[in-house]
Amino acid sequence: MRRYTPKDDVQKKPYYTDRYWVAPQVPKYPVEEDEVFAEDLKAIKKKFKVDDAYIQVEQMVVYIRSEDNFGVLQLMRDELGYTQLSELSAIDRLAERGQFEVFYQMLSMQKRKRVRVKMLIDEHEAVNSVEKLFRSADWAEREMYDMFGIKLNNHPFPKRILMPDDWEGFPLRKTYPLQGDEFAAWYEVDKIFGKEARDIIGPELRDSAMVDRYDTKRFARLGHEVPYGAEFKADQPETPLGYQEEEGVFMIEKFDEEKSVVISDRDR
Amino acid sequence: MQQTNRLRPFFENITFERDDNELVLNFGPQHPSAHGQLRLMLHLQQEQIVKAHPDVGYLHRGMEKMAENMIYNEFMPTTDRMDYIASSSNNYGFALAVEKLIGLEVPRRAKVIRMMLLEINRLMSHLFWLATTALDIGAMTVFLYAFREREYLMDLVEDYCGARLTHAAIRIGGVPLDIPDNFLGDLKKFLDKLPENIKDYEDLLDQNRIWKMRMENVGVIPTEMALSWGCTGPMLRASGVKWDIRKEEPYELYDEVDFDIPWSDRGDNYARYKIYMAEMRESAKILYQTIDMYNETVKNNQTELMAHAPQYISAPKLDIMTQNYSLMQHFVLVTQGMRPPVGEVYAATESPKGELGYFIRSEGGPYPYRLKVRAPSFWHTGILTDLLPGHYIPDVVSIIGTTNIVFGEVDR
Repeated sequence: MRRYTPKDDVQKKPYYTDRYWVAPQVPKYPVEEDEVFAEDLKAIKKKFKVDDAYIQVEQMVVYIRSEDNFGVLQLMRDELGYTQLSELSAIDRLAERGQFEVFYQMLSMQKRKRVRVKMLIDEHEAVNSVEKLFRSADWAEREMYDMFGIKLNNHPFPKRILMPDDWEGFPLRKTYPLQGDEFAAWYEVDKIFGKEARDIIGPELRDSAMVDRYDTKRFARLGHEVPYGAEFKADQPETPLGYQEEEGVFMIEKFDEEKSVVISDRDR
Repeated sequence: MQQTNRLRPFFENITFERDDNELVLNFGPQHPSAHGQLRLMLHLQQEQIVKAHPDVGYLHRGMEKMAENMIYNEFMPTTDRMDYIASSSNNYGFALAVEKLIGLEVPRRAKVIRMMLLEINRLMSHLFWLATTALDIGAMTVFLYAFREREYLMDLVEDYCGARLTHAAIRIGGVPLDIPDNFLGDLKKFLDKLPENIKDYEDLLDQNRIWKMRMENVGVIPTEMALSWGCTGPMLRASGVKWDIRKEEPYELYDEVDFDIPWSDRGDNYARYKIYMAEMRESAKILYQTIDMYNETVKNNQTELMAHAPQYISAPKLDIMTQNYSLMQHFVLVTQGMRPPVGEVYAATESPKGELGYFIRSEGGPYPYRLKVRAPSFWHTGILTDLLPGHYIPDVVSIIGTTNIVFGEVDR
């Protein structure tokens, strides 16, 4: 049977994967192996429900329920000494299970330990803001909303931060194409010249690698240069590459291959 | 109702004409002292700021999205474009995260070269900070002097990798090149001269009346505020927390070198300035030690520059050219990319600006499933919301200066 691939994930996919290839795992260790983490986990478990916990790459990962996030972070800040929230964001798992994975990267400076608190939320579920505990969450949560469309409860200023205010769509979702969607292609045209100018200007080229050799207005062809806007013909004469100023320019020396030195002693 | 099209600017729910005494001032995004693309909406009572809204996103290029559509090695040059003042530290943060994910051990000589590059980048960044901040305050001379010294460092990096600004000088698993012949000598010459240069800057600034008036007791960040806003690096150390990731969670060979962490409990602009100056001296101290460490690796004949992990990293050029299987693996790694194991990693490094962290979620494919960059400047910009109210307009410039924000990193 052919392997199932989520149809609404439009990100780049590998063009070839061996059908018998099994991806290795980054090892997970039980929390009991580290004394400090074990005690922290015990304190969290006393008050809140913990779905899963393990140590991966020297950091503890704790899965909690989404309604507990404020309480867990408060406990960690006030009683366990995790005084900094260094990062907060989400992972899109909509295609796979219809959920987002939100993570909070915590740092304790006294213990020199880092913990990642994670929780799963449904697509339209709103997250409790932790801005009251950590001011750093103010901007981080705004970015999370901006990029994924995850709504927040009790956020003082829930506005987009990186994208324009009137932007449609959430760029870091897997359903959002890298080059942007239909809205993105018309955004600047509509905003600057108005919708009625769409026919004259056309959609924005958002693929930075695109080259149209028949378009002599926007693209130059090296070796076959024609005037701006000229019609493309098959038998255009070759224009040899050369310097514009044959006699040279004051102070600027042309590269001379004869005079250049090749360093040979590189492989010591 | 304001028409939003037709080249008329659209100000989001901001009325500039008001009945009360409050004035709304739009600062940036195209202001020379806005350090790139910072836009500030300042609410003023006379000259005093009562409310500040930093607005970012004018340099947003969607790097995290790009990362999800690139193989791991392809993303390396893109990281240069974040903190473009010290691009090797971005490269290094990403390389470290992937190495931790795979579980790679980097050869010793590569580690030494990496440390050299990181500290050179730190010096470059701090010199650049000093130059631009002094220029914002009005000290043109310092700007010229500091840029002169930075030029020597850029020449050194150019000797190493050919690039001056966007280095891409570090690879996942090591470094691509050994240092050139004249490198150590030039570096030493520069380092011998550096204390004199730093003394010159300090002679110009330390007791300068204008400098002190603009810096002392301006932009005071209390410890709780710094912690709560996720401040790191010199911003945090100036606010009374002695925390440096190089010392507390050492990576590379930072546990083998001897250096101090300058810190202060004053929390104002002047404290930050002093910390930057002291950190330059510490970087020089580390660089002297790396020179000796490099000579040691030469003596012990440790010539390897890249880790040996054929599944993830191409074999040395000699093997690729002589052995068929290495060539095949190299071909697969270049065309398809490496496939790290399934899992997550968050690796934090001390970049010149603060804690630069990379969070990578790998699903076992050649493209990262999710890559989040924790850029220190993002929160150092956010703190302006709480820091600016109460200050006067001229203080805004000096506060933005000492936060040392770079917008390639804020917007990503």
